[in-house]
Amino acid sequence: MTHTPTAWLRGADGTPFGRHEGRGPIDLMADAARQALASSALARGDIDGVLCGYATTLPHLMLSTLFCERFGLSPRYAHGMQLGGATGAAMLMAARELVRAGRCRNVLVVAGENRLTGQSRDSSIQTLAQVGDADYEVPNGASVPAYYALMASEYMHRTGITRADLAEFAVLMRANAVRHPGAHLRTPITHAEVLASKPIAEPLTLLDCCPISDGAMALVVSAEPGPHAPVRMAGAGQAHRHQHLTAMADVMRCGAGEAAAQAFAEAGLDRADIDYLGIYDSFTITLAMLLEETGFAPRAGAATRARAGDFAPTGTLPLNTHGGLLSFGHCGVAGGMAHAVEAWRQMAAQAGERQIRAPRRAFIHADGGVMSSHVSLILSREE
Amino acid sequence: MLSAPFTDGLRQGVVRYQRCAACGHAQTLARHACQRCGHEDLRWHDAAGTATVRAATVVARAPSDDFRPLAPYTLVIVELDEGPRLMGHALPGVRIGQRVRAGFFEHQGRALLRFTSID
Repeated sequence: MTHTPTAWLRGADGTPFGRHEGRGPIDLMADAARQALASSALARGDIDGVLCGYATTLPHLMLSTLFCERFGLSPRYAHGMQLGGATGAAMLMAARELVRAGRCRNVLVVAGENRLTGQSRDSSIQTLAQVGDADYEVPNGASVPAYYALMASEYMHRTGITRADLAEFAVLMRANAVRHPGAHLRTPITHAEVLASKPIAEPLTLLDCCPISDGAMALVVSAEPGPHAPVRMAGAGQAHRHQHLTAMADVMRCGAGEAAAQAFAEAGLDRADIDYLGIYDSFTITLAMLLEETGFAPRAGAATRARAGDFAPTGTLPLNTHGGLLSFGHCGVAGGMAHAVEAWRQMAAQAGERQIRAPRRAFIHADGGVMSSHVSLILSREE
Repeated sequence: MLSAPFTDGLRQGVVRYQRCAACGHAQTLARHACQRCGHEDLRWHDAAGTATVRAATVVARAPSDDFRPLAPYTLVIVELDEGPRLMGHALPGVRIGQRVRAGFFEHQGRALLRFTSID
C-alpha cells in the first residue's frame, strides 16, 4: 500500500489589477509566475508541471507551452484549461490531483491577460457574450450582464431579496479593495451610490457589475510546504449541470451546493470549521446566490449577514478581503484566481496591512459561464 | 446544423422544440441526446407559442452597435406550455409569472422572438 501524498498550496502572488498598458498576457503571466516562484522558494528547474488559463486577447493553441518557452520552464506535464470563471479553481483542483497521484511535485498554476487594454470594450463584451447559446441566446443582443440580470430577476422573485440587499456586497467589496494597494477600484462607494448607478441590465446597475481589468495571478501546488505556513489542499469538488442559462433547471440548485458538499465530504470538515471565504463575485447577485447555495447564509439571508458585519475583515467569516472581482478587478482567469491567492496570503500571514487574524480553514468557490461550472476548494493551515 | 429546425422555424413564424421519442421529455435548446433518459431519438415538434415568463430584464447597455438602436430592450426567459424554456425579446413592462404569446420580428437579417402579454 502506498500513501497518497498531500498537496500543499506552497506560494502565491500576482500583479496589481487595473491598466497595464502595452503588456501582453505572457508578460503579465511572467510577472505573476516570477513572484509565485519567489514566494514558494523554488527555482525554475523545480517546476515539473504547468497549468495555464486561457486569455481572450491571445487565443493561442498551446498557451501553456508558449508561456513555458518564454519564461524558461521545461515541465514534464503541461496544458491549458478553459472553464470560464471557474478555470482557476479547476486548475488548482487538477494540480492537487497531479501531486496526489505522484505525477508532479511542483505545479505552477498561472493565468493573466490584458483584457482591458488589449482590446476594445465592445470586443471584450462580445467575446464574453459567446458563453450564451449561439442560436437561442446570443442573437437576441444578450450579454453576460443580461444573462446574470435574467437570473437575478428569477432569484429575487423566488426569494424576495432586493436590489438594496445586493448593494451590500458592492459596498463591502469596495471597502476591502480600498485596503489593497493592487486593487483596480479603490474609491469608497456608498449604498446609495450603488442603487443610483447607471442601469446596465435591470436589476443590475454599473456598481453591481465587476470591471474589466488587466492583470495576472500565479500559485504553486507542491508535494511539500514551502517557507510559509503549511496550507494543505484538504478537499475539492465540482458540478456541471448546464452550460446555458436557458437550460438551468433550478435557480435555487445551480450546482454550487453539490460542488461544496463534495469538497466538505472529502476534507472531513463542516461549514462551522471555516473561518475565511473566497467566493466568486462577477456580479453582486453571484455572491448572494453562491453564499446561500453553499450554505454560508440561509436562503435570502446573505445580505442580513453582510449587514451584521459577519463577512467584514473583522467579522466571523471574512469574505474576499482583497475586494473580489467587483473591486479588486476581473481580468478573466486570473480574476477568479485572486480569491485563492488572497486566501493563501491571509492564511500564511502575508497580507501586509490588511492582515486579519490568520484563518485556519478557507472555503473557495468559483463559477464559470452563467452559474454553469462550479468548483469548490477547502484549504487548511496545519500547524 | 443541429438547431436548424428551430432557426428555420423562427423565419416561418413557428416555435419548434425537440421531444424525446422514447420518454416523451421536451428539451430546452437543441440536443443530441435526451436530457432525461439519454435516448438519441429526438423529434422536432411545433409549439403552440403560449408560455409563462420566468425571468425578465431590461438591457440598457447593448453589447454591440447592432443592438444599440433598440436599447433599452426587454429580454425574457419563458417556459413554453409544452415545457421547454426559451430566451427572447418582450414588450416593455412584462412581469414574471405573466402569460405571454410568441411573436416574431426581424433584426439585422435575423428572425427573433418577441413575446407579448396574452391578457
